[in-house]
Amino acid sequence: MKKTLYVAHFALIAVVFAIIPNAGQPLGVLDGIPIAVKDNFSTAGIETTCASNMLKGYVSPYNATVVQKLLDQGAVLLGKTNLDEFAMGSGSTDGVFGPVRNPWSYSRQYKEKSVPKSHSEDKDANWVITGGSSGGSAAAVSSFTCFAALGSDTGGSTRNPAAHCGVVGLKPTYGLISRHGLIPLVNSMDVPGILTRCVDDAAVVLGSLAGHDPKDSTTIQDNFKPFELPNLTDVSKFSIGIPKEYHAPGLSNEILALWSKAADLFKNAGAKVIEVSLPHTRYSIVCYHVLCTAEVASNMARFDGLEYGHRSDMNKSTESMYAATRREGFNDVVRGRILSGNYFLLKQNYENYFIKAQKVRRLIANDFVKVFRSGVDILLTPTTLNDAVPYMEFIKEDNRTRSTQDDILTQAANMAGLPAINVPTALSERGLPVGLQFIGRSFQEKQLLTVAKWFEKQVKFPMIQLEEVKRHDHGVFQHQKSASFS
Amino acid sequence: TCSPLPFFVRICLFVQQKVTVEVLDHLERLALVDFRDSEGVERLQKAIQFADQLHEVNTDGVEPMDSVLEDRCLYLREDDVTEGNCTKELLQNAREKVEEYFVAPPGNIPLPKLEERETFLQGS
Repeated sequence: MKKTLYVAHFALIAVVFAIIPNAGQPLGVLDGIPIAVKDNFSTAGIETTCASNMLKGYVSPYNATVVQKLLDQGAVLLGKTNLDEFAMGSGSTDGVFGPVRNPWSYSRQYKEKSVPKSHSEDKDANWVITGGSSGGSAAAVSSFTCFAALGSDTGGSTRNPAAHCGVVGLKPTYGLISRHGLIPLVNSMDVPGILTRCVDDAAVVLGSLAGHDPKDSTTIQDNFKPFELPNLTDVSKFSIGIPKEYHAPGLSNEILALWSKAADLFKNAGAKVIEVSLPHTRYSIVCYHVLCTAEVASNMARFDGLEYGHRSDMNKSTESMYAATRREGFNDVVRGRILSGNYFLLKQNYENYFIKAQKVRRLIANDFVKVFRSGVDILLTPTTLNDAVPYMEFIKEDNRTRSTQDDILTQAANMAGLPAINVPTALSERGLPVGLQFIGRSFQEKQLLTVAKWFEKQVKFPMIQLEEVKRHDHGVFQHQKSASFS
Repeated sequence: TCSPLPFFVRICLFVQQKVTVEVLDHLERLALVDFRDSEGVERLQKAIQFADQLHEVNTDGVEPMDSVLEDRCLYLREDDVTEGNCTKELLQNAREKVEEYFVAPPGNIPLPKLEERETFLQGS
């Protein structure tokens, strides 16, 4: 694995360089830790593309606040990770650099369970997707190329790939972490997401990132104190809610069983486990569809070729230049959402679609308020409907259909701005990761992560056993043993 | 799905209508993005159909929600200049510039009409 060798060496050198100038004095809690950042975060002097032709070659003149915070703590940026174009998608398959492959496709656990259809079939053909849109970040953490990665979460884009790649994916409360420098998709729902291998690490990264930022007026001004997670042994004082609407159509029997087992785990440990109702759950994805496309129509308007990014050669008039630039720069998914958004924002449609969606949003948010007010501390739900599907199967349906299906369990937390976390739980029958989601009260990340950490300890999710990827020109690794982490 | 009777009248009002070419043309002008092919138009039709499910929900007396942080005060600060003077960095990413100006093609020229534009909608 030539690429992995380079990454390993780079990481070593990076760590060495991080340590030498500051011998004896660590920069911060993340000093020397290799991290990766999703390519929709601005990084000074480094290309930021959002996996789009529109920004190919665009070099940000500044660091996103979260990137700056990580670097200030001494973290070492290994690279920018792949995503769906402009973070629109749930498979990380629609970016200009191509799809992201789930590292578990190359695990012993998956290979043991997959039956080759014929001897001549290319063994590589049934690789599975990472989920999205932060698929690159999830794959980076999952394959041990870095310890932590930044993603973004607007409808589940951090938790979805975290579930499929078997890593921890945290979506913080809206307003806790600065969005300055995160190229926006939906301003009222976007948050930077954190992907790590364990819940403790997520707490550490959260501690470095959270807090008011004068450059982002949507960050709250409350004082944030980084915390260490206690080693909870007694969950009896917690009330865990199981929302019945999350038993959504299409939920696999496997995941349903796992969810039930998890609920029993809490019950047997003395926690109060009760069924609750969030009646407007099924409208969350429709609501998101309208609000997202509307905000996208607005946010994508800045890409006109004039000040940055791709610019068309057409120069007959400003408008025709803008139109040509956008025709050349955006893919079908992005263009589709812009046009839908503009439709919903037309004078004749504004009240019936946009305002209506905003009203439904309040109903969804209120559902959660009612449940938490009734004494429930944490909600436990599945994160995805299935384990990761093979790429060849995933692309049979279009992006919008897939997003509609895949975001159904994660979207509502973005609607309500609540913190949520995916914890890898078990392997499916196909040998692929399945995760469960915990949703907490606003700004109660410590409580959420404490419970998540307890759960993580109970389930003991297995480590990925990566095997070498065979390539045709592999004179280099003929003598190498397969990298097996057990 | 069966909708409760009181909303029956509301549902009837939102019978799926095909989006007219005029509206499609209008959208292309507003968005400065083209539909490209029949798939693009079909995509919009499906999107509208999907969004129509919202009308099943009774939102009488419900206020629209702009932000989940609506109960908090927005952060304000003193109107003091604390950063700037980065003209060189900002101009670096522009393709066409002259001295410290971004250069745009002539403005105030509207997009050509549907009949004269190179757009998929012309055939509709």
